[in-house]
Amino acid sequence: MQMGLDAVATAFYAFPVLISVLTVRFFYVLWHSGQPASKPRATGLRCLIVLGSGGHTAEMMNIVTTLQKDRFTPRYYVAALTDNMSLQKAQVYEQSLIQGDGMKTAENAHFLQIYRSREVGQSYITSIATTLLATLHAMWLVIRIRPQVIFCNGPGTCFPLCISAFLLKVIGLGWSSIFYIESIARVKKLSLSGLLLYKLRIADQFFVQWPQLKHKYPRACDAGRLM
Amino acid sequence: MADGEHRTVFVTVGTTCFDALVMAVDSPEVKKALLQKGYSNLLIQMGRGTYVPLKVSGDATLQVDHFTFSPSIADNMRTASLVISHAGSGSIFETLRLGKPLIVVVNEDLMDNHQSELAEELAERKHLFCARPQTLGETIRAMDLETLVPYEPGDARPVVTQINRFLGFPVD
Repeated sequence: MQMGLDAVATAFYAFPVLISVLTVRFFYVLWHSGQPASKPRATGLRCLIVLGSGGHTAEMMNIVTTLQKDRFTPRYYVAALTDNMSLQKAQVYEQSLIQGDGMKTAENAHFLQIYRSREVGQSYITSIATTLLATLHAMWLVIRIRPQVIFCNGPGTCFPLCISAFLLKVIGLGWSSIFYIESIARVKKLSLSGLLLYKLRIADQFFVQWPQLKHKYPRACDAGRLM
Repeated sequence: MADGEHRTVFVTVGTTCFDALVMAVDSPEVKKALLQKGYSNLLIQMGRGTYVPLKVSGDATLQVDHFTFSPSIADNMRTASLVISHAGSGSIFETLRLGKPLIVVVNEDLMDNHQSELAEELAERKHLFCARPQTLGETIRAMDLETLVPYEPGDARPVVTQINRFLGFPVD
């Protein structure tokens, strides 16, 4: 009986402390996420690269081909389960690197698929369940990969992945820098993923490609046109 | 007729279903406008659409041919004198990079129609012409290819430099 009361009392005091610690940590992560590195860096960084159908993959691969491969390695490519074109494009590119560079790139590229929150035309009731599933899957992938850098440009799959990476930062299980590069197809309005990541300040750096968007969203960085 | 004398118009809907565009290019009005502009062939990539245009061959008229999908759409674009495309960014930039005159037709049946943003912006900058299925004939009759400004391809390097700097990598 006495033990039970003690446990209740401990919980009574511990709970607000835990909440306060998490809140402070949350705001620290929010603030620190936008800060550039203070120390110079020389080692390779584990990257999560989010691909998506439509023009998204072409734009992302344009960035990936420009990245310094020794700095951004290993590379984990993620695409929706129903999208087999995107990973294929990434595979073709990574294959071309191996041919030019001996064997060593072989272990540096990984290709993964993720559940999609909602398929085109899916009903809203079933999409609650599938969104939950997609979020859990995203969380599992982020915990497994522990990315240090995340690149995304707007497909629906990037939002659960970014949220998961941010939560991992809050509970202190890993640190990632999230780079969001809004698609060139968005001239006047952000995509839904982009808008959410901008408003929630989850992206470390948020890039847009058109001056109209930079004007409307002042915290965004100007990327210039990528395509 | 020698190959050099062919002037082909290539119509592409990508992986989408865009019957309104296929119907529009198959209409007598658009075909007449294309003939008047000196085009001799019309090749339609119709994707997942169900409207099948009539194939036409013979002299003194516009030759019409069509197919659903092909792995060599890039070759069709390269040999075309004019490209009429849906508003997907992939097709748009592929055509612009090849330096081909382009008319983008916006699909008004799409739910979240952000696609028209890109086509309209690039039309405003005179890199292409932008139309709707019902205004395509008018756009062809009014277009002057001389007014088009060549598209300067974009560059991913500035973004990559900013990302490197943010992460603490030395920037050369």
